Amino acid sequence: MARDTPPKHARHGAATPSAYRDGMSDNTLTRHLVVVGAGMVAHRFVESVRTRDPEGRWRITVIGEEDRLPYDRVGLTAFFDGASVDDLTLSREHFVDDERVTFLRGDAVVALDRDERRLRTASGTVVEWDELVLATGSYAASLAVDGFHLPGVFVYRTLDDLESLSSWVAERQGALDRPVRGIVVGGGLLGLEAAGALQGMDVECTIIQSSDRLMSAQLDAAGGEALARLIGARGIEVRTGTITTRLDAGPHGGVAQLEFRDGSLAPADVVIFTVGVRPRDELARISGLNVDKRGGIVVDAGCRTSDPSIHAIGEVAAMEGRCVGLVAPGYAMAEVVATRLLGGEAEFPGYDLSTKLKLGGVDVASFGDAFGETPGALDVVYADPVAGVYKKLVLSDDASILLGGILVGDATAYASLRPLIGAKLGGDPSAYLLPETDGARPATGPLPDEALVCSCNAVSAGRIRSAVTDDGCTDVAGVKACTKAGAACGSCLPLVKRLVGAELEAAGVTLSSALCEHFASTRAQLFDQVRVAGLTTFSEIVSRFGTGRGCDICKPVVASILASQGAGHVLDGGRASLQDTNDHVMANLQKDGSYSVVPRIPGGEVTPEGLLVIGQVAKDFGLYTKITGGQRIDLFGARLEQLPDIWQRLVDAGFESGHAYGKSLRTVKSCVGSTWCRFGVQDSVGMAVELELRYRGLRSPHKLKLGVSGCARECAEARGKDVGVIATEQGWNLYVGGNGGFTPRHAQLLAEGLDSETLIRTIDRFLMYYIRTADRLQRTAPWLEELEGGLDALRAVIIDDSLSIVDDLDAAMALHVDAYEDEWKATLDDPEKLKRFASFVNAPTTPDPSLAYTAERGQPRPATDAERETGGVLIAGTTLEVRR
Amino acid sequence: MTIADTARIMEPTRTSNWVPVCRVDELEVERGAAALIDGEQLALFLLHDGSIHAVQQRDPYSGAYVMSRGIVGSRGDAPTVASPMFKQVFDLRTGTCLDTLGKERHDLRTWPVAVEHGIVHIRKDPR
Repeated sequence: MARDTPPKHARHGAATPSAYRDGMSDNTLTRHLVVVGAGMVAHRFVESVRTRDPEGRWRITVIGEEDRLPYDRVGLTAFFDGASVDDLTLSREHFVDDERVTFLRGDAVVALDRDERRLRTASGTVVEWDELVLATGSYAASLAVDGFHLPGVFVYRTLDDLESLSSWVAERQGALDRPVRGIVVGGGLLGLEAAGALQGMDVECTIIQSSDRLMSAQLDAAGGEALARLIGARGIEVRTGTITTRLDAGPHGGVAQLEFRDGSLAPADVVIFTVGVRPRDELARISGLNVDKRGGIVVDAGCRTSDPSIHAIGEVAAMEGRCVGLVAPGYAMAEVVATRLLGGEAEFPGYDLSTKLKLGGVDVASFGDAFGETPGALDVVYADPVAGVYKKLVLSDDASILLGGILVGDATAYASLRPLIGAKLGGDPSAYLLPETDGARPATGPLPDEALVCSCNAVSAGRIRSAVTDDGCTDVAGVKACTKAGAACGSCLPLVKRLVGAELEAAGVTLSSALCEHFASTRAQLFDQVRVAGLTTFSEIVSRFGTGRGCDICKPVVASILASQGAGHVLDGGRASLQDTNDHVMANLQKDGSYSVVPRIPGGEVTPEGLLVIGQVAKDFGLYTKITGGQRIDLFGARLEQLPDIWQRLVDAGFESGHAYGKSLRTVKSCVGSTWCRFGVQDSVGMAVELELRYRGLRSPHKLKLGVSGCARECAEARGKDVGVIATEQGWNLYVGGNGGFTPRHAQLLAEGLDSETLIRTIDRFLMYYIRTADRLQRTAPWLEELEGGLDALRAVIIDDSLSIVDDLDAAMALHVDAYEDEWKATLDDPEKLKRFASFVNAPTTPDPSLAYTAERGQPRPATDAERETGGVLIAGTTLEVRR
Repeated sequence: MTIADTARIMEPTRTSNWVPVCRVDELEVERGAAALIDGEQLALFLLHDGSIHAVQQRDPYSGAYVMSRGIVGSRGDAPTVASPMFKQVFDLRTGTCLDTLGKERHDLRTWPVAVEHGIVHIRKDPR
């Protein structure tokens, strides 16, 4: 098989014929694979062959016309967000850094001699092949209109295109004393990308689309309209049904205006044409390979051309009678050919035309049979023009099988829906489309096995299921230990629990709802048991309702239940030993064993004097300070034994515990409201302060966050809170069940137009009902979701009093409000409690010798292991003086 | 290991390696306390049955010196402490990690404890 094939040569140098004559001779068994084209698909192909051919059966030569390494053309627009060419460059590992790969760049193949199996490049280099793969891709289509070649008119395909575009815009911006105007002709995927790029360069941008809607290959009319509205709201004008007929030059010689078929004109300083791509099949044409009448090299399902030694992959390959300008099918073809060249069997599975685009915050996705072309297909549509959301699912004629869909404005469901194409949806299909229930929601249907549940440890739903079915795990703890799902941040555990529960249920086993090995009851049951029995100590409770000595699960739960029932100070009555360290020392444990301190700042309102005290305390104790998301100030790096001294200073200045450490009310965030704001309609700060002072110290199954906005602009982001209050001219609107975090949820409207008294009474009941009935570490959103009957049932209980418990709930809240005392002040007043803050039982004021800090941006932070080892830049001691 | 048993068997006062740490009544039932002995940090736990256990204060999973601040409880018959940092659970008698939460297993060092005249003693060389 020995051929006179080119040897390895300098990797980045231009190829010269002489470079081929001196050099190494190769193993005679090695065959030579030549790839024409060096785009994403060629890169994937070479990478695939090289990783699957460790013994080196193939030596590969890649010839690329662009004088660059292969780069991410899909991510091209990132170039305008500051991504460098290096950032866009694809992995070198199995390409130029691989000694079996020769890369000739900046040279184009001009002729194929199929009889002799050799090709010639523009520079005169001759390369022989055993197998040839054409991955020449596409070029940007042009329009046959006058002025298409004027300076300032660009296509959007290569890095060179983008560099020229970028420097043209910069030049125009320097020359003009007004904003530069840009026009993108073509409103497909690429056109939207280009428009985003122009806008990113501060160019005023208009999209001209010849058809009746944007992204007409992916979206139906309603989807295109929704997209146009969203794009319009972001300052990009869209003109549909508009045909460009001419481009005119201005005095500087560059493009200055466009003329359209209806005779109208539009000024433009820069124009980008994104009117489609055409396959680069010219090499195939002159070599006599079969070419489709609409362009593209005809290939069979194995990507073989009419010459058995030549394959074609990617956008240039005409499979099933067409070429497709998406990278995913190209990758699939690359894998097919790699498999076949390495002796395997593979066929192209058919085009997957699914696309997802995120442009300036606008989400668009289209997948499967998006247009409902399957006979008998049914559409399920959800549209909210105000919110700019349009979603459509295409289902089989019996509405059971998902065929495809379109998502505009909110494509969060894409990841979970796309793997379900061709599968039974399960549950009500509309559940996938309605707000608040998008995405991976096992309550409405099974999560696909591929869905990532634990993003920290990359555990899929399928892995969790197999932990139950194959590994014999029978509870969440077992699955967690087995799969590591939820072992890092733990935020996915509720989802893990539901998956495990569903899997066990399917296997005929019910998931134990026991709190832990010590209590067979749920938190809600235990809450009632303790309340009815009137018990106040853990020993009584565990001996009556449980077994053993408790653990880190049930002890804090019991402490929380007792606190919610008005038991008094967290450190009294033997409850100290039940508390997590945070509640035990009333501060937040940090990674190095030090704590952070958060004084309460109700409603985020703080006096200048208060700020000075916080600043002085931080300075005197050498604490790192940071503003929290809840409109207050967190002081980090406090040692255990420093906490009482720090709090004495804060309490003396009128501050009290912020309960940042507790499963309890954290903050009530507010905007400035009607007292200062031009738009505010109610005093949101006043209401926030009143609510925060009312619910401060309230212990609950999980943390509680509230927000109050003074008008519908919602600057306090109240709908992201467990309880959100939004002012209207008519009174307060009350939303419940929102949160940020791992699974963000918007709060849902519970009641409208409330006066202040009714508002507070309704919140009282909502919180108390939640506290009594929620599971351990269950926030209000999942609680509400699991509440039978949902929001309507909640209204019935707390507004219409369907269970006759509101008096009880009101009394419980009144007890809390009356019994509130500042935990820190009470601690400082009690020498017994202060003993808990000794650093060591035999050296109560000696600092933990392991603590070490270094300065960063003028403040202390824990030293890294490396910094500890080298011993440089460390600061430690009773006070950490960073600035002077 | 109850206090009485330990005191009788170990005879702490005759061995120079035994170091007095604190009074028993300075410890709180089921709430740990840190101790500093010749620069080494230990966590002491007085349990409901009166027994006292000493383990390393350093949490092997986070590297922070915090074990004394964990919640004390039981797993089956084993008295346990859960790390306050990432909640791994350890047997207080042996230091064995009973629940690694999916991480590699790291155990705690333990020290012999004895009480003499109401004073808690630790034997310095670890068992």
